Amino acid sequence: MIKIDELKKNYGKLEVLKGISTEIAQGEVLAIIGPSGSGKSTFLRCINMLETPTDGQIWFKDQLITEKKTNIMKVRQNVGMVFQHFHLFPHKTVLENLTYAPMKVKKLSKAEAVRQARELLTKVGLSDKESSYPNRLSGGQKQRVAIARALAMNPEVMLFDEPTSALDPEMVKEVLEVMKSLAHTGMTMLIVTHEMGFAKEVADRVLFLDEGLLVEESAPTEFFSNPKSQRAKDFLEKVL
Amino acid sequence: MNLEFDRIMPSLPYILEGIPITLKVVAVAAVIGFVLGILLSILKISRIKPLNWIADFYTSIFRGTPLVLQLMLIYFGSPQILGIQIEAFEAAFLAFGLNSAAYISEIIRGGILAVDKGQREAALALGVPYSGMMLNIILPQAIKNILPSLVNELISLTKESAVVTIIGLGDIMRRSYIVGGETYKFFEPILFAGLIYYVMVMILTILGKVIERRMRRSD
Ligand SMILES: Nc1ncnc2c1ncn2[C@@H]1O[C@H](COP(=O)(O)OP(=O)(O)O)[C@@H](O)[C@H]1O
Ligand SMILES: [Mg+2]
Repeated sequence: MIKIDELKKNYGKLEVLKGISTEIAQGEVLAIIGPSGSGKSTFLRCINMLETPTDGQIWFKDQLITEKKTNIMKVRQNVGMVFQHFHLFPHKTVLENLTYAPMKVKKLSKAEAVRQARELLTKVGLSDKESSYPNRLSGGQKQRVAIARALAMNPEVMLFDEPTSALDPEMVKEVLEVMKSLAHTGMTMLIVTHEMGFAKEVADRVLFLDEGLLVEESAPTEFFSNPKSQRAKDFLEKVL
Repeated sequence: MNLEFDRIMPSLPYILEGIPITLKVVAVAAVIGFVLGILLSILKISRIKPLNWIADFYTSIFRGTPLVLQLMLIYFGSPQILGIQIEAFEAAFLAFGLNSAAYISEIIRGGILAVDKGQREAALALGVPYSGMMLNIILPQAIKNILPSLVNELISLTKESAVVTIIGLGDIMRRSYIVGGETYKFFEPILFAGLIYYVMVMILTILGKVIERRMRRSD
């Protein structure tokens, strides 16, 4: 579904991604882990072109999206993204947060957008919050709304950049539960996370990034019990 | 101090009739200033350098010269620039609109830059195009934050509008001056004009507070 070939990203002289290649199949759930500053966010943000790669190619369903002539807006409609700090629209209610893009971008009728938004809010357990403004919600609730907002565009892939890192510990679980059930629906997911237990349980594959390189790529059972590289061993020792 | 308001009493309605003139100038100029100010602010934050330069040059011209000079240039210069003598109203709309656009664009630029960068990314990640992102996501948040400054701008526009007197528009200021000339009593009619301006500014201030409170609902 997604093919990445020798992806590189520099900020000036700083090489953040130094040539990353991998392929992601439809329905696969990937956990992307690694030390802070290793380039995980940059990697994720290149996939929906929030960052423009310096070099390398990315195909999304046989479309070369790193090409200049690609309509990147169209691609983004199929790639949902969830941020560490939610980035809900503070001047819109929960319901409006969910209906805005489908109406604006996909030209859905208001009735249809609202119907679909309510369905999604029920799925993430927040149907009673539809007319609240984001500042009235807890962190966990905000992140569940953010997930629902991304899902409202009916994406084929979901990117998560440390979705639980900004949450108080007691709210992590509710968000992970939503993500888990999303994984069970067969959604293709790329998740940057420090939740090793979650990665072990839900991911089909673990990508370990360090200093802009894809150091290790394996099944979670394999990665967590028997990491091949020294860097991964050091990293796991620190976090587990 | 002896005030003789009874002498100018019959002329008060005449001065009051200047209010709609003043309001018309302020309202039209505010709309021009706001719309053009948004456009300029978008040029100012553009990544395309020449667009920044154009907008910055525009701002420096209108901030770097007296407003009364701009008004006179536009009004008295129109036959040479456009080949026709424009009306005093049109000159006032233009001068005040173009001038306040320069100030408003700076205010809005600051407001846009103060909006969390994540808002832009969240909108883009949803596939929202630049125009929608700006109009529906960034500007509403920016304007909410800069509302007090915008009200300030409207207030100074209201007061500054008094300089249209020099191109012969019958606004509050000019009428009170005329009454002064006719009655040989300048102090009272001009004091009265001052009262009118003060009340208008107070109304704007209260209006601004009401809008601000309503927009804070989502805080
Ligand atoms: N916009 C940027 N400009 C300059 N440097 C950046 C920018 N974004 C990220 N970086 C740098 O790139 C490196 C990788 O960042 P990031 O992808 O956020 O890492 P991670 O998500 O793994 O913590 C860091 O050294 C960071 O400082
Ligand atoms: Mg990161």
